[in-house]
Amino acid sequence: MSEEPRIGVFVCHCGINIGGYVDVPDVVEYATGLPDVVYAEPNLYMCSSDGLQKIQEAIKKYELNRVVVASCTPRTHEPLFQSACEEAGLNKYVFEMANIRDQCSWVHMHEPKKATQKAKSLVRMAVAKARLLVPEEEPEIDIRPTGLVIGGGVSGLTSALSLADQGFKVHLVEKEDRLGGTLLKLDTLFSSNVKASEVINPLVERVKASTDVTVHLDSRVADVKGFIGSFDVGIETRGEPEMLSVGTIIVATGADYLSPEGLYGYSQVDNVVTQMELEQLFKEGGRLDGVKTLVMIQCAGSRNEERPYCSRVCCTEAIKNAIKLVKENPKRDVYILYRDLQTYGIEFSMMEYDAKKSGVKLVMYDKERLPEVTGGERGPMVRVYSPLLDEELTIETDMVVLSAPIIPNEDNEALSKHLKVPLNSDRFFMEAHVKLRPLDFATDGIYVCGTAHSPKEVAESVSQAKGAASRAGIPMAKGRLKTAAITSVVDEAKCSGCGTCIELCVYNAITKNERGLAQVTSAVCKGCGVCGASCPERAITMRHFTNEELEAQGLAALKEA
Amino acid sequence: MTGFEPKIIGFLCNWCSYAGADLAGVSRIQYPTNLRIIRVMCSGRVDPALPLGFLAEGADGVMITGCHIGDCHYIDGNLHAKRKYGLLERLVAKAGLEPGRIMLDWVSASEGQRFADIVTGFTDQVRELGPNPAVTDPCVKLNLMAAKAAAEEYRLRALVGKEEKLVTEGNVYGEEMTQEELDRIMEEAVETEFTRNKIRLILSVKPMSVKGLSAETGIDSRIILDHVVALRQRGWVDLHEVQGNSPVYRAMEVQ
Repeated sequence: MSEEPRIGVFVCHCGINIGGYVDVPDVVEYATGLPDVVYAEPNLYMCSSDGLQKIQEAIKKYELNRVVVASCTPRTHEPLFQSACEEAGLNKYVFEMANIRDQCSWVHMHEPKKATQKAKSLVRMAVAKARLLVPEEEPEIDIRPTGLVIGGGVSGLTSALSLADQGFKVHLVEKEDRLGGTLLKLDTLFSSNVKASEVINPLVERVKASTDVTVHLDSRVADVKGFIGSFDVGIETRGEPEMLSVGTIIVATGADYLSPEGLYGYSQVDNVVTQMELEQLFKEGGRLDGVKTLVMIQCAGSRNEERPYCSRVCCTEAIKNAIKLVKENPKRDVYILYRDLQTYGIEFSMMEYDAKKSGVKLVMYDKERLPEVTGGERGPMVRVYSPLLDEELTIETDMVVLSAPIIPNEDNEALSKHLKVPLNSDRFFMEAHVKLRPLDFATDGIYVCGTAHSPKEVAESVSQAKGAASRAGIPMAKGRLKTAAITSVVDEAKCSGCGTCIELCVYNAITKNERGLAQVTSAVCKGCGVCGASCPERAITMRHFTNEELEAQGLAALKEA
Repeated sequence: MTGFEPKIIGFLCNWCSYAGADLAGVSRIQYPTNLRIIRVMCSGRVDPALPLGFLAEGADGVMITGCHIGDCHYIDGNLHAKRKYGLLERLVAKAGLEPGRIMLDWVSASEGQRFADIVTGFTDQVRELGPNPAVTDPCVKLNLMAAKAAAEEYRLRALVGKEEKLVTEGNVYGEEMTQEELDRIMEEAVETEFTRNKIRLILSVKPMSVKGLSAETGIDSRIILDHVVALRQRGWVDLHEVQGNSPVYRAMEVQ
């Protein structure tokens, strides 16, 4: 762009996320004084439709030809702001972000003065880069119309079928020797009390019958290479390697249940089982006939220091099973010992109401004074202190049922490394953005659903699975996708044809042209920049990350305000 | 060193480290405010000339983080980062700057805590070293500028670019090199290129004789003479005038 830069700087409060720690008005005022900045303004939420409109209005009103937004991370919000710029007639590559939330206000919460200073610095760096930005054209790539679904539980089966229904081929990789996942172990599902088998079996049958879905049992993902549109996924089936070529990937690997060893007498006192084992007893039938008194204990291994999260489904599951037990035999005494009963939403709250009406006894316990389970003459003895009654109750029982939490799969760690997608602090897979991109990973072309993402019930998993399949379907339906213009360009006047870049490029994006000089195929180039940083003649420029731009950013950083 | 707050620049790769830094934020893990992050697509993008330039301009420390080895989004970009960092280390040492002012490490997208720990550790380390001497000592600054210029020259770049292949596949004659041999060649090349660029920088400020250059750099005048001959052949240096019996040289504008 030969015209003089006219930069607009937009500083986001992000509610209190930035504004609570960084002096936003001060940053705006500072930005106004930076070179080539002709306009600056704050907004409570820059990413809101109001905020985006303000940017577009300012682009027109102040004839901006560069835009800097100081807010959160470009990894989640850059595309949104870029398309706002495009709608207002600017090329998306004249946009730059300063990450003053994830890499500033959130990590310096106790140092507001220094955080403000750093935010100014980050804005100065972004402006320094923005001054040098130029519009770029985007190359297009092909998207293979084949999806990979990892995991053959209810989420994986649902998303595989949804992809097949959309007309795509699907590879379904399941680590066990049969399809179905956790639902195979459950008797009934809340809130309708439908048999789990009635939900899962038809899905399994449809997948088996589908000519579009190729099922790989006893298989694991061993290696992932490539990008959206052309992933090469190495899997291992009983030790046999195989290579799958797919365009998109859905992670539906589900989760595990905690085996609460040592908690509340589990595997020490007879007749202490988990809700999952109770489901199995329901399925087998018979053994519960003699059970006259039964105590369920909630949060058995969750919401503690080791596992601070709530497993979400256990309260409603306990309620469901308690109702079933008292309805089977109204003389039965069924207790649920809970910390906070989380039967969220009207539907599940109604179940709680039903349980109380049916005579299920709900006893709150205190997390500072946990219930105790010991072996008694008849069965397990439970002692629980009720803070509401301010007294300790002793319950002689036939059976204790522990509501053990859903826990992340052990192999999440390995898979997250193969796919280069993150896990959260609880070791579940983490989406790109909880509200804006809840089913995507930050890495394009990879999506997540079901309990791989967090503990959730079947209906939620199914919704997510269908959503993830729709997300994966978008690029595959289009067949082609514009990719970032962040590619390398060779200056033929400087190139000596030494071939260093050709040897270094893992994508074979660089070849020699008829004059013996290096030539980049933009659509194949992934923009890593290794060639540019290595070129002996310094003849290669990395678009959008040029030496001059990076240098300007660094020098701006050193120029403290 | 009370109240010294180091200025630290970090190059973070977009796919792992930058995401790891974001995760530190999402997890509200606190770390010192000194770091200024420059996002690059890959740690292999970090041309050693960039950190050297920032160090010459007064950065107290420069850190580079990429994906873990084996986890690179670009398959092996971080291996190239490692090779380039090797050159950076040599040139920083040649310039006489403390090795603790630069750092290369790996942070994945899921390692928010690790990222915060690395930043905290590096900030403490640089704080301990004190301000970058280049700010007050023109000799150090000159050295760093010479190191930067050397990193921009053909010879070192070509060597680093071919390093992997020379070690694994051998040269054009099919002779494989050991890493030790290559290290020796690299060290010699770094010494030569650093000195030549330093001479050129000195001469660009003020024309000097070989004797004068020897006094200025503390390098034996016979070695200086060899370099000056080579620099004249490259067209970087030319005769300025003859004072008495001594030729005085000046630096040429290089395109």
